[in-house]
Amino acid sequence: MVTGIANAYLDSSPLVAITGNVACEAIGKDSFQEVDITGVTMPITKHNFIVKDVSRLADILRDAFAIARRGRPGPVLVDIPKDIQQADCYYEPKKAAPVTRSNNNGKEAFAEAVKLISQCERPYIYTGGGTVGSNASQELLALAEKIDSPIGSSMMGLSAVSHDNPRFLGMTGMHGKYAASQVMGRADLLIAIGTRFSDRATGNKLAFIEGKKVIHIDIDPSEIGKNIPAFVSLIGDVKAVLKKLVAELPAGNRKAWHQEVESFKNCPDNRLEMPKDSLNPETVIQAVNRRAPKDTVVCTDVGQHQMWTAQYYHFAKPRSFITSGGLGTMGFGMGAAMGACIGNSKKKTVLFTSDGSFHMNMNEMATAVSNQLPLVIVLLNNNTLGMVRQWQTLFFDKRYSHTSLERRTDYVKLAEAFGAKGLRVTKLEQLDKAVKDAFAAKGPVLIEAVIDQDAKVLPMIPPGGTIKDIIVKA
Amino acid sequence: MNPDEFILAMLVNNEAGVLTRVSGLFARRVFNIDSLSVGVTDDPRISRITITARGDDYVKTQLVRQLEKLHDVKIVEVMPTTSTVMRELVLIKLNIAQKSRAGLMEAVAVFRAKVVDLTNDSVTLEITGERSKCNAFVEYLRPFGIAELCRTGLTAMSRGRKTLKMNAKPAQHT
Ligand SMILES: Cc1ncc(C[n+]2csc(CCOP(=O)(O)OP(=O)(O)O)c2C)c(N)n1
Repeated sequence: MVTGIANAYLDSSPLVAITGNVACEAIGKDSFQEVDITGVTMPITKHNFIVKDVSRLADILRDAFAIARRGRPGPVLVDIPKDIQQADCYYEPKKAAPVTRSNNNGKEAFAEAVKLISQCERPYIYTGGGTVGSNASQELLALAEKIDSPIGSSMMGLSAVSHDNPRFLGMTGMHGKYAASQVMGRADLLIAIGTRFSDRATGNKLAFIEGKKVIHIDIDPSEIGKNIPAFVSLIGDVKAVLKKLVAELPAGNRKAWHQEVESFKNCPDNRLEMPKDSLNPETVIQAVNRRAPKDTVVCTDVGQHQMWTAQYYHFAKPRSFITSGGLGTMGFGMGAAMGACIGNSKKKTVLFTSDGSFHMNMNEMATAVSNQLPLVIVLLNNNTLGMVRQWQTLFFDKRYSHTSLERRTDYVKLAEAFGAKGLRVTKLEQLDKAVKDAFAAKGPVLIEAVIDQDAKVLPMIPPGGTIKDIIVKA
Repeated sequence: MNPDEFILAMLVNNEAGVLTRVSGLFARRVFNIDSLSVGVTDDPRISRITITARGDDYVKTQLVRQLEKLHDVKIVEVMPTTSTVMRELVLIKLNIAQKSRAGLMEAVAVFRAKVVDLTNDSVTLEITGERSKCNAFVEYLRPFGIAELCRTGLTAMSRGRKTLKMNAKPAQHT
């Protein structure tokens, strides 16, 4: 649970965790099954409560949900001792407090932003999870249209823009698209929206901002200047801020910049495709992509398969990509897919996972079967902790240590043992049929797709590196 | 005060665990607390915390903005050293006999300190003031042999009519 809360904290997911504890009088005495869970979770929650008086319970729970959702969303924990759980009280129904999303910026801040944008030659819109969280996709596109700018995204922002949009260059950062990173490097103005410049996204921070100014739009004032200095900042809900900004901006037209962006897009390094005629991460992900309706929610675990999904899947709808960004929590996928499926009226939900991550929470298959959740679980089996193996290959002289686990797990039998359906794909010819069958089934289905142990996630900018260090060939 | 030193004043809920939340934030974001004083205000639901810390503008801004995000923190302000009354209280015990106290009472008078306890073989002194004055007094006493010393940490208040106001925190901070 602590890992899940930390995950929600780093990815700004609104979450209320309710825990039980020993009776009030037993607290502090190392009683049987006592854990100081508010102490444990203090640094990874927006706030937490211990309810010591049952008459406060209802208000605390209301507060918990309000705090989790307002401002920058995040987790809240409410610890309820056993005697409080069993106590009686009068319950007075009250309406939940509305979540207000504000934009308190003065005229001057907007004027400065407008001036910077009007004067720049090479703008670049860099969007993050905040745009998704604020439901601001439309406003984002309106901005890009108005100022004639390309768009790049952090991993958490990927579903904000339809990947078929010609302005969209894809993900930036460590495993970002070549053009998305190159164009970002060339920009003279970076409009960063709902993003916190994580080290995985920026690499070397000094090189990252060389030759450019930054306008930073975020709901959390502490993000302004925390990792990257901002020339102008607009604090507030992304949707509200963008609406106002777009209204105040004059329309721009940037032909030369456009041409430069197009040339990067057409660069061979921007099309690092895997062979079309073999079973590999790209062909598997594309087969699922072709079959899945546009609004399908796609979840991942953590590792190479996560990056391949981010690179090759064409997300078409906001909130259609759920992944563990800030914490990179292996084992996240199974629970995330089940939660997403239930939260989305039990619609067909896809999980891309791999052998390492899947082993961490595969026991949840039992729950998925009990609830007949229509999950399509695609396990890209490279029979290794692939992402770590990739680092051992590239940065540690192929000294492979503890990444090939020599497991003999039979995933088809495993799925069947849980009462789910299991399908094994070892050749490209078997792929489409397996995907079709999985989408036609009612309950959870696991497709094991066997891939090469040494398939790499490319391009890659090494940690702390710059665009000049980009690796495009293994 | 050192040039990179600054004072943070904040109003917080007077509840269990609030001090842990505040000091925990300093620790996990690798900021140092030089001194800290806490006490309840005229409103029993609210405590006031005064912290002295060190750092450049980046540290100062980050600290204020991160502290503002804590649910129990009502307001945080960096107090300008030029228009702020700053005080610290120090208690000092000297375990010395009467005959070795020559010059001591003179210093107490000059520094406007106070004798708060006196026995045949001990003197306990109290001094209140800005930190530099307290430091000077402590240094003066050192040759007498300090048996015990405690400092409250700095507390501070604005000059003039200005006060720390509650609920000045914009909604985004929460
Ligand atoms: C709980 C946890 N443990 C360890 C790691 C470090 N780690 C990151 S990726 C990775 C390997 C992932 O292997 P797998 O799930 O098989 O995915 P692949 O990279 O092969 O696609 C590891 C061990 C992590 N992120 N989370």
